[in-house]
Amino acid sequence: MRMSRYIIVGILFGITLYKSEAISWFRIYEMFHFQSFHMYGIILSAIAIGIIVVQFIKKVHLKSLEGKEITIQDKDTNWKRYIFGGFIFGLGWALAGICPGPMFILLGSGYTVLIVFLLAAMTGTFLYGYFRGKLPH
Amino acid sequence: MTPEWILEFIEFISQPWPWWVAGPMIALIMFILLFFGKEFGMSANFRVMCAADGAGDLADFFKFDWKSQGWNLLVALGAVFGGYLAARHFTPVDGNIAHVSAATVESLQELGFNFEEGHVPLIPEFYDWKALFTMRGLLVIVVGGFLVGFGARYAGGCTSGHAISGMSALQLGSMYAVVGFFAGGLFMTHVIFPLIFG
Repeated sequence: MRMSRYIIVGILFGITLYKSEAISWFRIYEMFHFQSFHMYGIILSAIAIGIIVVQFIKKVHLKSLEGKEITIQDKDTNWKRYIFGGFIFGLGWALAGICPGPMFILLGSGYTVLIVFLLAAMTGTFLYGYFRGKLPH
Repeated sequence: MTPEWILEFIEFISQPWPWWVAGPMIALIMFILLFFGKEFGMSANFRVMCAADGAGDLADFFKFDWKSQGWNLLVALGAVFGGYLAARHFTPVDGNIAHVSAATVESLQELGFNFEEGHVPLIPEFYDWKALFTMRGLLVIVVGGFLVGFGARYAGGCTSGHAISGMSALQLGSMYAVVGFFAGGLFMTHVIFPLIFG
């Protein structure tokens, strides 16, 4: 029961991205052509409200459900891993029209071939983990 | 019989959702997870799945307490259910259409897609097992998946972890990552697509 709340959050996430067409290859294509505000609207409004939410959490020292103060870890600021890794991710995102969240959502909508995408993504993740010491960070 | 108001509600949410509904919903999801003491980030699941399959024996990166990340796998499982519900039960009247702009329809035609305005499908036909036997399908699904998995972990997060969670917390690193995402996406769309699809 305690864990089922995460499944409910996931369902909400899945329906939201599906119904807003953010899971569509054609919407991603449109976004990278700057031909519609739609995807930018989704991302920018989520960030704008997200910033307010995070500031609010910090201001009132909001406690989580378990009673601990909510903290958000600062990420390290050396740009290399973000730019190099981000660029590689962006290539795949535009090519497949899929980022990790939508992959799970589309699997549920019946596109079973995306199991191959999942295995390829796990292979990519594994090779990153394996060669991590040799990559600039 | 299903009560009238439930049918009306299903019909209401079956319409395509505008950005100003989806964006705030995503922020709400991020907030709920923070309130549960967790951080929103979908690509971390790939690392958890590798670790659960025993990758820790081969690389230290996968030696961590992956069982403590079970909650994130449940979010992913929920997303699978959500995709099922949306696709099967919340179909809009005009079918599963991507309501892209006229300009997009035109550039898709230039790329070789024979779509008329108002008839662009939500999902491309190359998300199909048969497509794995074509060069394009193989590139999209296998190479695309590999780049997404490798890049997301190298960057330390994907669209949810960096673009949403990280940017909301005003993290400089996440801003760099988003610049990287868009640089990569623009390069793929404008430089490589004409070579693949042309």
